Amino acid sequence: MTTKKEFDFFDRPENIRKLWIFLYVFCGLTLIPDFFIRREAHFGFDGLPGFYALLGFVSCVALILFSKLVGLVLKVKENYYDK
Amino acid sequence: MTSNFSPAAVLILGALLVPFFRAKMKSYYVILLPAAAFFLIFQLEPGSSWHAHFFGFDLTFLRVDKLSKVFGYIFTLNAFAAFVYAFYLKDNTQHMAALFYIGSSLGVVFAGDLISLYFFWEIMAVASTFLILARKTDKAQAAGMRYIMVHVFGGLCLLAGIVLTISHTGSIAFDGIAEKNLGTYLILIGFLVNAAAPPFSAWLPDAYPEATVTGGVILSAYTTKTAVYTLVRGFPGWEILIWIGCIMTIYGIIYALLENDARRILAYSIINQVGFMVTGVGIGTMMSLNGTVAHAFCHIIYKALLWMSAGSVLYMTGKSKCTDLGGLYKTMPWTLIFGAVGALSISAFPATSGFTSKSLIIDGAIHEHLAWVWLVLEIASAGVFLHAGIKFPYFVFFAKDKGLRPGETNKSMLLAMAFLSFLCIFLGVFPRPLYNVLPFPVHYNAYSITHVTSQLQLLMFSALVFFLFLPLLKRTETIAIDTDWFYRKGGRLVYQIMDVGLNAINRYSDRVFVQGIAGGLARFSRDGIARITLLPFVTYWYLKGVRFKRLQIKKENLYYNIERGVIPAGIGAGMAALFLVIIFLLS
Repeated sequence: MTTKKEFDFFDRPENIRKLWIFLYVFCGLTLIPDFFIRREAHFGFDGLPGFYALLGFVSCVALILFSKLVGLVLKVKENYYDK
Repeated sequence: MTSNFSPAAVLILGALLVPFFRAKMKSYYVILLPAAAFFLIFQLEPGSSWHAHFFGFDLTFLRVDKLSKVFGYIFTLNAFAAFVYAFYLKDNTQHMAALFYIGSSLGVVFAGDLISLYFFWEIMAVASTFLILARKTDKAQAAGMRYIMVHVFGGLCLLAGIVLTISHTGSIAFDGIAEKNLGTYLILIGFLVNAAAPPFSAWLPDAYPEATVTGGVILSAYTTKTAVYTLVRGFPGWEILIWIGCIMTIYGIIYALLENDARRILAYSIINQVGFMVTGVGIGTMMSLNGTVAHAFCHIIYKALLWMSAGSVLYMTGKSKCTDLGGLYKTMPWTLIFGAVGALSISAFPATSGFTSKSLIIDGAIHEHLAWVWLVLEIASAGVFLHAGIKFPYFVFFAKDKGLRPGETNKSMLLAMAFLSFLCIFLGVFPRPLYNVLPFPVHYNAYSITHVTSQLQLLMFSALVFFLFLPLLKRTETIAIDTDWFYRKGGRLVYQIMDVGLNAINRYSDRVFVQGIAGGLARFSRDGIARITLLPFVTYWYLKGVRFKRLQIKKENLYYNIERGVIPAGIGAGMAALFLVIIFLLS
């Protein structure tokens, strides 16, 4: 009797490496159109090439760091309210 | 053929018949009710009907216009999907509570005046509590209790506001409110409590994750979105809502990032998404109000989908914490795929419904040249992908394999998720049917090349940050303190302060007043009179030559008798007369 082998694609290191490459390439691809099309600027700075990539990157870093910071104060053990 | 029957009545009256159906017929019956209500709404003609007289007021239970209809569509559509999802469930209490809850939310949406709106508003609060209590855990009982208390508070604010407004204007009409006074602000607070706006927000992540599997799915849609409806109807263009909305978007993200429980993450992301809608109401232009309504419509679908996905995992594994889950892609691939569609939709990924609805709000901010608002909404959009778009599916279905092999969830759950996934993608690719039912005409194309590329940049670089910062995002077995601290822990702290502080005052008072002054007075009232009485008698006995031991015995006898109040009546009367004479002489 043979059991069906479990699907474990996302556990294998070589696949994870491929996914990283895919992520970098996808990020890079989203930047390419900025060289050919001019985005209409509504507030001046938002028309710059790669603006939204920078905005996404910076705001997410800021959100993570900020949540880490407030987490120092706000995070408590799960049984906090039971005590 | 058209019929002006109230869709709220279909569900509320229909709920009463639930116990009479057995087994599978019960499940079919509860699926049928919202489907019937949907078609009823579809053929409703604009206008108002179902009037009733109440203490001299003319109540309107059925006001039909584009705004009430679009909310009616999505409420019944979502109820239909939720009951398909709950096909396995044969619990009368949950089904009846859900039908009362959804029916009364339709009642709010179609209510033409403040009094009937309040009536349904309160039924919603009570009925929804049963969806939390039905989990039957101690935590759920406690959370349900806190939930109803917060809503009682919100309801009282609303009631006070309504009473003040009616007595001020003499009208019970519920339309756009322009005047800013105590009454209208109280109404606004009542609505904002249900919209989960900080600081009245903690009830949502406190209670929803404690609800049953299907309870969570149903709760996620109605309370906050009826509040959004009432804000669109009553408070368009109130600037304060822009700022409240902006705070909600960021607040939801920060807490969702801190949370460990998958359903708590989704609860906070409701606050984040409602923040976008509230901002749209605050901007108040036709475009942004369309955006708010469209976003509420799409949000109900993808948020129900996400709750269904998390609910399936809870149903199969009994777990909902990120630290307990992981690696489920191996055994629950369909739940993952449907959950991922919901996750991409909430993140407004192109080709999903969030993209075609949220853009209307953000463009509304751009058209009004609100640079800061626009920036906050873009930052929040990036953050949504971070906390709901990736964090939720990643930690539940991927991350570290925890050895769970639950297998795929049941077919009716998958069917409901497939249906909502289809709607997410359909509305993302063909938004026109949705745009056509919005309150104002829509001239908007979400799929300009610049819009698509800028959104892809924003989202992909957010994803990059997530994976680069993964070590910082590692889950811990913690919860985050929210404003419910004040009535959970704060209450106990107040109790302790009372205990330590007031009891110390009590003890001090006891010493000083009860044992000291009062004791002294008590002793005096007993003792003093006896001593004063003794004075003339002792003098008399002394003069009569009574000495030593006999005098002592006589004194003690008299003292004892006075103290016990058993002195001979004559002596008492004599003493009373003597006192009167003394008082007369002194005055």
